[in-house]
Amino acid sequence: MKIAVCLKQVPSRDSVLRLNRAGTWIEEVDISYEINEPDTYALEEALMLKEKHGGEVVVCSLGPARTQQAIKEALAKGADRALHFDDPAFQGLDAWATARVLAQGLAKEEPDLVVTGLQSDDFGFAQTGVILAELLGLPHSTIIMEVQVTGRALKVKRELESGWFQWIEIPLPAVLTIQSGINKPRYATLKGIMAAKNKPIQRLGAADLGLDAAALVPRQKITRVYVPAKRAQTEFFAGTPKEIATKLVDKLKNEARVL
Amino acid sequence: MFAFRGVDYMEIDSLFSDEEKLVRQTVREFVDREVLPHIEEWNREGKFPRHLVPIMAELGFYGANLHGYGCAGLNNVQYGLIMQELERGDSGLRSFVSVQGALVMYPILEYGSEEQKNRWLPALQQGKAIGCFGLTEPDFGSNPAGMRTRAVKDGQHYVINGEKAWITSGSIADVALIWCRTDDGIRGFLVERGTPGFTARDIKGKWSLRASVTSTLALQEVRVPACAMLPGAQGLKAPLRCLTQARYGIGWGAIGAAMACYNEALEYAKARKQFDDRPIASHQMVQEKLADMITEITKAQLLALQVGRLKDRGRADFAHVSMLKRNNVKMALDIARAARDILGANGVADEYPIFRHMCNLESVYTYEGTHNIHTLIIGERVTGIPAYK
Ligand SMILES: Cc1cc2nc3c(=O)[nH]c(=O)nc-3n(C[C@H](O)[C@H](O)[C@H](O)COP(=O)(O)OP(=O)(O)OC[C@H]3O[C@@H](n4cnc5c(N)ncnc54)[C@H](O)[C@@H]3O)c2cc1C
Repeated sequence: MKIAVCLKQVPSRDSVLRLNRAGTWIEEVDISYEINEPDTYALEEALMLKEKHGGEVVVCSLGPARTQQAIKEALAKGADRALHFDDPAFQGLDAWATARVLAQGLAKEEPDLVVTGLQSDDFGFAQTGVILAELLGLPHSTIIMEVQVTGRALKVKRELESGWFQWIEIPLPAVLTIQSGINKPRYATLKGIMAAKNKPIQRLGAADLGLDAAALVPRQKITRVYVPAKRAQTEFFAGTPKEIATKLVDKLKNEARVL
Repeated sequence: MFAFRGVDYMEIDSLFSDEEKLVRQTVREFVDREVLPHIEEWNREGKFPRHLVPIMAELGFYGANLHGYGCAGLNNVQYGLIMQELERGDSGLRSFVSVQGALVMYPILEYGSEEQKNRWLPALQQGKAIGCFGLTEPDFGSNPAGMRTRAVKDGQHYVINGEKAWITSGSIADVALIWCRTDDGIRGFLVERGTPGFTARDIKGKWSLRASVTSTLALQEVRVPACAMLPGAQGLKAPLRCLTQARYGIGWGAIGAAMACYNEALEYAKARKQFDDRPIASHQMVQEKLADMITEITKAQLLALQVGRLKDRGRADFAHVSMLKRNNVKMALDIARAARDILGANGVADEYPIFRHMCNLESVYTYEGTHNIHTLIIGERVTGIPAYK
């Protein structure tokens, strides 16, 4: 089985973030990056499927030169080779344009299965995988919790709302977007890190893919990013302990949404 | 305990390659997941986390900068970053890995026969065998040249008598590298666990490196075949070269312990409020401590990195490594003490990692050449005058 894993490099979860001057995104110069967390589960799922059913894992990532770090990590964990989509024309793309590039790069590869994370930790659109499937003309399924191979098809478990799940069958080739937490991503072993040095990373720009920069103009634009204004508001509840507890639970559930 | 985000005041990360950062990330994740949630308990109980031995083997931690026999073949900066991250967890765990790789695998690779290499290196690399390094004796620490342990040739055998003290991993080791006086100078012998006359007794009641095993080894009429001797090691130079390997790693390791203490003190100072609801981090005297800490860590990082790059070019010698070990361990110990102060009473509780690091670093300050001894090595290098006696 040839499995393509689309993964994205995003700012580290524990970075201290500052807004850029224009107030349209974060300042990117002095922060560290990591593989988008949901994508680490997609990668692990691909590696486990390969171990069980044989085949090849191809990592695909769109991003500037720094993305090589994420690609190398995936290769160190066991992916076989990588496609790195890097071109000045690929900067600041929205989910649609990103999927367009990925689809163009993947079409020639003809993978049996494409996996992505459910969403990216920076933009959080949860769109790229789905649009990619559409552009490749493949069936897709989202929020995947479990994957079973049944010949030329898959049985997959999807997460629904309120603790409900759904099992569906989907023919191959297909695209899956993977939910976080479905497996235990492995460490990159030190030998794996050394071995990754010799694995091929193919760098592909717009021209290599036969894409015209004009065809990638984003259809979506971030106009403003801001930090929510802090409001220190203290509310006192009156009543018997029982009444207070009921009100508190209600507030925590429906206003603070922490329960 | 606060989450660790790495300590990088001066874009030092830009001096590392992707592969170097990946190695650091693997060890950092390992320590976050497998070590930090349990280390205070192991430390309290004086328990070495033996279950981590095979996991660390699989990740490739043992002899990671050596080549062949299943070793990862990393460069020395990658190796240093392993030590840094392990010691951010605990100096005891780092000590175990240092001894296994730099003090047991390295001498076998460097001075051993083909047979010794084939027999021991894969097993040590895979964590199937544990090793220890016996140089120090009850009466000879800083001056190992005075050692009394003796190996006397008897036909195709050697008979060893003597005692070794303060030996890391002594009682859990499958193979002990014992340095002995012989008729042709100091030589190293691989003595296997269970050899008649060879016993190990743990040193209890340590206030330091409690998650690491430290033992006294007794050798009474221990008969080993002549082929147990490392053929390539003759004279005190041989064990000293091993120590240079281990000290290099310690120089990096100390940065990890310092980072852990600094990170803890910084986060604590920002969260802890005294007087008018202001964080203690807003006071000048606390800021001075934090400013000193981050400055010293940054200098230590640059020093370690330079020695690492020199070592990769074959240009690092023992006097460079002495400066690294001396400076960085003292730096870490000072930072641990200052961090302890910033945490006030909480600084003495093992709910926070600082006191443990501080106690651990007392051993690190003493072993692998005390601070004083490294002062004398640097002194001799710059003056040309040895002042040991
Ligand atoms: C936890 C732990 C683990 C250890 N693990 C190992 C191991 O695995 N293998 C091993 O072989 N050893 C090991 N050691 C031993 C360690 O290497 C020695 O303790 C160290 O070399 C110092 O020797 P000493 O303790 O005999 O101190 P001493 O040599 O007696 O020194 C005591 C003090 O005198 C000072 N001093 C001595 N000579 C001079 C001088 N000429 N000028 C100025 N000051 C001087 C020292 O700096 C020190 O401050 C370990 C020690 C500890 C604490």
